[in-house]
Amino acid sequence: MPIAINVNDKSHVIYAEPSTPLLYILRNELALHGPRFGCGLGQCGACTVHVDGRPTFSCILPLAAVGERKITTLEGLLEDGKPNKLQQAFIDEQAAQCGYCISGMVMRGQALLRANPSPTDSEIRNYMRPNLCRCGTHAAILRAIKRAATGQEKRS
Amino acid sequence: MPSRPTTIAIILAAVLAAGVLLVAGGFAWTWRPAIAPIADNERPPADEQTIRHGAELAAIGYCNSCHQAAEGKPYAGGRAISTPFGTIFSSNITPDAETGIGGWSEAAFQRAMHEGVDRTGRQLYPAFPYDHFTKATDDDVRTLYAFLMSQPPVHSVIRANALEFPLNFRPMVAGWKILFLRETSLQQDDSKSPQWNRGRYLAEGLGHCGGCHTPRNILGAEIKGSAYVGGTAEGWNAPPLNSLAVQKWTIDQITEYLSTGWTRWHGAAAGPMAIVTQSLAQAQSEEVRAIATYIASLSSQTGTAPENATSGDNKQVAKASAEVAAIFSGACSNCHDGRDGIGPSKAVSIALSAAVRQSGSANVVRVIIEGIQPVPGMPGAYMPSFDNVLTDQQIASLADYVRARYTNEPQWKDVRQEIAKMRQ
Repeated sequence: MPIAINVNDKSHVIYAEPSTPLLYILRNELALHGPRFGCGLGQCGACTVHVDGRPTFSCILPLAAVGERKITTLEGLLEDGKPNKLQQAFIDEQAAQCGYCISGMVMRGQALLRANPSPTDSEIRNYMRPNLCRCGTHAAILRAIKRAATGQEKRS
Repeated sequence: MPSRPTTIAIILAAVLAAGVLLVAGGFAWTWRPAIAPIADNERPPADEQTIRHGAELAAIGYCNSCHQAAEGKPYAGGRAISTPFGTIFSSNITPDAETGIGGWSEAAFQRAMHEGVDRTGRQLYPAFPYDHFTKATDDDVRTLYAFLMSQPPVHSVIRANALEFPLNFRPMVAGWKILFLRETSLQQDDSKSPQWNRGRYLAEGLGHCGGCHTPRNILGAEIKGSAYVGGTAEGWNAPPLNSLAVQKWTIDQITEYLSTGWTRWHGAAAGPMAIVTQSLAQAQSEEVRAIATYIASLSSQTGTAPENATSGDNKQVAKASAEVAAIFSGACSNCHDGRDGIGPSKAVSIALSAAVRQSGSANVVRVIIEGIQPVPGMPGAYMPSFDNVLTDQQIASLADYVRARYTNEPQWKDVRQEIAKMRQ
């Protein structure tokens, strides 16, 4: 049975088992490789996307449950094909080691900044808690979010 | 013969006078003087062993579950405790002279634990469970005092309580105590083992299990005749302890559950109970086993699972929509697959869950929306929050679906209401 979903402001008709996790559809059917498969159990956050603007683990979201809600992936944050302010801040802070978690970090960070444009350090830490990084780039990730929040220019 | 209005006036005056006398008498009966503050150097020194023992008693009483705020320091208080009568903010029980209990002598601390009166003679609200702590021995209270006084003082000013009139008038608590506080210690029951007696002492006293697992009356006091038939805690159902679900809980299983927050045969502690088990993890294992021995004895333990652990996993729910079946399959069965009992993240088969069998849906709704969060340093069960993964409508359908699939109980009537409560 075809299932219609809206991803990054485009409608798609998907032919797949309704229990298939949205993550698999995004990566395998729509070739959106921003969201990553980390644990597949809703534990690590590498698969984080926005569902109606809120950060959500796409690995535990069955296709059947998406409905008319709008999905945004890392790719959907681009502005005129260029990294948006937060994505650029991650680049400027070189906030990645292996980079596997970064798509999820950007998505969660973006949701934070939309809800709270100038969060305190402890607000950032709290909000980012569901997303894990194994390489230990947390300090740089926090700096990147902080940079996008305060709109600092590149460090000279 | 006096006229009618005069008679009525005399009767009214008499009733009023009797009322005033009763209230005044009540206050006088329960009035307690201030106990002079002491300086830091006036406290008797405590040895390391006493302090360590006191830490274990504090763990058994899980003092921190109330006396530590989410971002706060241990024992520094400030946590908002919502009650049907308003919000109470827990006090700072670190030895800070100004904002904590630094000026409290041991006598003042004994009085607070046993009588619910603070050092200055103020009545304490029974959100502080002195109806249980009154059963703790003087020795144990002294040991607890030594431990608390060994903690780093934290300067932390606590917000004023937000209670409704007339409960914001503290002397009212005196009347509550006359009705409900019995300052009696437990008598040893020689027909039972020492371990059972120890467990009863801990569970009824510092452990204050009845605080949640016994229902409360309209004045917020535990209903003695209904001990352990199940109550509520912060919106969660605190299940009955005198009829342990449908499956037998062995002493071993209760011990494991209490000290790790999880047992393979019943699943994970969630909500306020998760916090209790995190604290009990710091207690001595013999003490936790004693509590388990007592708790196990509360129920007749005749119940057995009406279906084995995996039967529900193969059951088809006739009325279920294809959508909810797909959601269960895609969102739940990855972990709760029922194969060999334990799935990833220590998920057990939902057939083993007591929550799906409870008469209300509160715990199932809450655990779907909040998930079960791991505790730093304590490897335990994990469940992701399905808030926003699923819509409220889907969460409601899912709750109905697991109820139908894993139990033979009637459909819940309060699912939407419980979800609405979470959204307030």
